Amino acid sequence: MQNVVVVGASLAGFRAVEELRHQGYDGSITVIGAEAHLPYDRPPLSKQILAGTWESDRLPLTAIGKEIDDLAIDWRLGVAASGLDLSARHVELADGTFVPFDALVIATGAGVRTLPGQPELEGLHMLRTLDDCLALRADLDATPQRVVVVGAGFIGAEVAATARQRGLDVTLLEALATPLQRALGDAMGAVCGDLHREHGVDLRLSTGVDGFEDDGQGRLRGIRLTDGSTVEADLAVVGVGVTPNTAWLEGSGLTIDNGVVCDATCLAAPGVVAAGDIARWPNNRFGEVMRVEHWENAQEQGAHAARRLLGHLEPYEPVPWFWSDQYDRKIQLAGRSSADDDVQIVDGSIEERRFVALYGRAGRVVGVLGMNRPRPVMEYRQLIADGASWQDALAR
Amino acid sequence: MRVVVDFDLCESNALCMQAAPEVFEVRDDDFLYVLQENPPEELRSKVEEAVRRCPKQAISIED
Repeated sequence: MQNVVVVGASLAGFRAVEELRHQGYDGSITVIGAEAHLPYDRPPLSKQILAGTWESDRLPLTAIGKEIDDLAIDWRLGVAASGLDLSARHVELADGTFVPFDALVIATGAGVRTLPGQPELEGLHMLRTLDDCLALRADLDATPQRVVVVGAGFIGAEVAATARQRGLDVTLLEALATPLQRALGDAMGAVCGDLHREHGVDLRLSTGVDGFEDDGQGRLRGIRLTDGSTVEADLAVVGVGVTPNTAWLEGSGLTIDNGVVCDATCLAAPGVVAAGDIARWPNNRFGEVMRVEHWENAQEQGAHAARRLLGHLEPYEPVPWFWSDQYDRKIQLAGRSSADDDVQIVDGSIEERRFVALYGRAGRVVGVLGMNRPRPVMEYRQLIADGASWQDALAR
Repeated sequence: MRVVVDFDLCESNALCMQAAPEVFEVRDDDFLYVLQENPPEELRSKVEEAVRRCPKQAISIED
């Protein structure tokens, strides 16, 4: 292996590069990125950057003990990959050029989902990239009369919190009866919804979007809702999830099924690995084929995939973890909670918005949710990693 | 090796504690405490893991 190509100048792609160098690989590395930017950190896009407390010079990813130039990367930025030929061993780029490889890291992540029939209007935003964020921030700076956030998932919730903290009127729409219902269940999802109401957000549940209204000059004016009413809005953000960026892999021969399907070691084909939001692999620890859209997974799986290319055969078996900052609360979730699990508060109380909830299924502890309780979340995460029983976790 | 934490950035996510519990502890008050500012060399790989895992890039190593 003398020529590694990484598609995706992302967190997962960057950590893969860093790990290759850390492990002593000294061949060539080319990183292809659709965005013009060097790899940067995305979590602040819905928080500090959007709030205006940070500027984008805080975002570039850094390597431990090294300058980025020390990684000796051949950057191909601002041009997306458009195809993959596994037998010819090259990636095709949107500008018509080809990049040959003998090993490939697929880390093109995921892109925002749009609503059916969603138009392009001034004032109507999505949030995934730095450029998205800066465009949204500029509109927030213009002090809109009302901000509508469509989708009360974690990104929508963070955008709503940030806009509210900027003193704006915020309406948060959620199609389900409870925010985050599938991930957290009814009770805990309701707690997360209450957090927004306490901060003055107009949270409307079981409310979908029927269509967008413009002012006749291409600018957003309002949103028609499925209950027949219309909410006036001069700024809206649609945050209804992401889908893996696999279009460029159509016809490549890789198995694509809600992501790039890999084996338990992150290998998708001989000499081809995938990592981050785009990778779907069997996590033996949970006996489940999963695709994880979290920050920590992007970097851990990026590094794991790099080691796989170097011949390490360990399966990738993380306990997924992520955090979400909303107002002055830090929400953390580890494991694989779902709506049908048993849920028990084991620390603190919901009333003080400082607690730990455990999720149990089939006699095992499978998830832990914390609000402003980082230490016990990590301790319970270890119990999940150890395969602890539900009873032992409750008795702790 | 000297461990430096930018406490203006630190948000007590406690991932560092999981990576290197000998060096980092998030206590019940939700604050991070650095247990050893000059940890021995044999802890370097664990501390580097903590640096890498920190979602805020708040930890650095000064040699």
